[in-house]
Amino acid sequence: MSNRLSGNEAVAYAMKQINPDVMGAFPITPSTEIPEYFANYVADGEVNTEYVTVESEHSSMSVCIAAQAAGARSVSATSSCGLALMYELLYVAASSRLPITLACVNRALTGPININNDHSDSMGARDSGWIQIYAENNQEAYDNILMAMPIGETPQVRLPVMTCMDGFITSHAVENIELLETNAVRKFIGEYNPENYLLKRENPLAVGPYDVSAYYMEHKVLQAEAMKAAKARILEVAAEFEKISGRRYGLFEEYRMEDAELALVLIGSSAGTAKAAVDQLRADGVKAGLVKIRVFRPFPGEELARTLAGTRAVAVMDKSEGFSANGGPLFAETRSALYDLKERPYLINIVYGLGGRDVKTEDIEKVFGRLADIAVTGETHPVYTHMGQRSKEEIV
Amino acid sequence: MATNDMVEIRWHGRGGQGAKMACLLLADVAALEGKFVQGFPEYGPERMGAPITAYNRISEKRCTIHSNIYYPDYVVVVDESLLDSVDVTGGLKEGGAIIINTPSSPLEMRERLPGWTGKVCTIDARRISEEILGTNFPNTAMLAAAVKVSGVLEPGRFLANIEESFKHKFAAKPQVIAGNMATLKKSMEEVQVG
Repeated sequence: MSNRLSGNEAVAYAMKQINPDVMGAFPITPSTEIPEYFANYVADGEVNTEYVTVESEHSSMSVCIAAQAAGARSVSATSSCGLALMYELLYVAASSRLPITLACVNRALTGPININNDHSDSMGARDSGWIQIYAENNQEAYDNILMAMPIGETPQVRLPVMTCMDGFITSHAVENIELLETNAVRKFIGEYNPENYLLKRENPLAVGPYDVSAYYMEHKVLQAEAMKAAKARILEVAAEFEKISGRRYGLFEEYRMEDAELALVLIGSSAGTAKAAVDQLRADGVKAGLVKIRVFRPFPGEELARTLAGTRAVAVMDKSEGFSANGGPLFAETRSALYDLKERPYLINIVYGLGGRDVKTEDIEKVFGRLADIAVTGETHPVYTHMGQRSKEEIV
Repeated sequence: MATNDMVEIRWHGRGGQGAKMACLLLADVAALEGKFVQGFPEYGPERMGAPITAYNRISEKRCTIHSNIYYPDYVVVVDESLLDSVDVTGGLKEGGAIIINTPSSPLEMRERLPGWTGKVCTIDARRISEEILGTNFPNTAMLAAAVKVSGVLEPGRFLANIEESFKHKFAAKPQVIAGNMATLKKSMEEVQVG
């Protein structure tokens, strides 16, 4: 069914269709509308979810962990400092192998205080053991939530899933969207039947106890293996989802990459803006393309290397700083993934869009302009720059 | 980077006046007519009375651009006092128009828009709202004026579709629908193009 919804409305609606057992609810801009809309569904009796209002995000994630460990499906939503306050619990959820679904509406981390979009919140949690799937627009935000549980709950994975969308740009923008029928959603998601859970009478178990050195590392290896296994499962679920929706998803989206010589690698809503720039450049005869990373955890390193192998110059665009003094997190992953290629493209890193700094098609065209120069000269210095800053002369 | 089959509109208002709501309502109604739409606000440290901006893209094909709008076809100014502090005609396309909530005439308003040579449209949205709704909610009248001036939607179909949208939105207080519909119609009749 065709409709028009904001990203937050779409995610709340997806959660209503899923009808999870428990929601841990605590508001923070710009994700607040998700528990807000969902509270209406609860009040109107459209879901039978246990809606637990708490005093902090530390507690909302704790509620999700406890509920999921007890054998229930749990969801939550947060942003920015809310995710930061969950930090300890993110690790507990992942290492306890609890397939919770969390909608992260990406917002800059404080300070200075800023409510607008960048990816510093979820990028800070990239090594917490959660699967991370990013959306370009409201449609993808909706679709990704629907795929989260079939991915996370499968026995060979059993990991929590964070679905991310850009705060305000996606969460508060009303756009057209295709929604699935609720029956189709329920059939696709299926029942949650974990083998073991706290309240299983025949086999009671403890969740999250102390782990001694003699076993801790084995558990970490199992967790690492689960993250590796998630890649195949994500593709399986995407294939099943295509059957009911007609929409195709992979680990990343290749846009006009068939014969691309100059390419971008980026995440989220800016990929849409960049697609318009790529179209313009293609019309002008430039062999431009882009790769939009959808799944950041597990990172599709080998697949990305194969896709970029034929290009001459690539700009990896990070919407979070990272403060590594060596480029942003997406750059680090991409450069590492390309190391094993015999012939590698030239690679630069551009940090952009921090704290809601807007990104225009003209900005993207400038990046391609620099890539065209690099393809000829081979001069990548400086490798790591910031786009759109007002204090210094622009390098890009 | 708007193409010919896309209309881009920029709204200037003050927090609390409903510019964002009018923007989202326009997106809603345009979507009902089968258009591809975007309606989004630009957020800052928001508070009552502070200048706010909202944007619409309405097109025949899905638009993937998610930046703000820098070269709008139309600008809607919900609060006349913003003319003193915001560059409301910034980037406005020559063939476009600016639509201002004011009791003044287009000729009088043009004097306050140095450098702008395109169309200036005025509508006394405050008076219409106060007369019909009994209070100052200028956004409904501004929305109708914007639709009339831009021609982005056919006025008859727009009125029919927005009534449907109101029935959904105001399901809990249907008594406000008639007043809002009357406000829309009055605004479409009264908007002056100069």
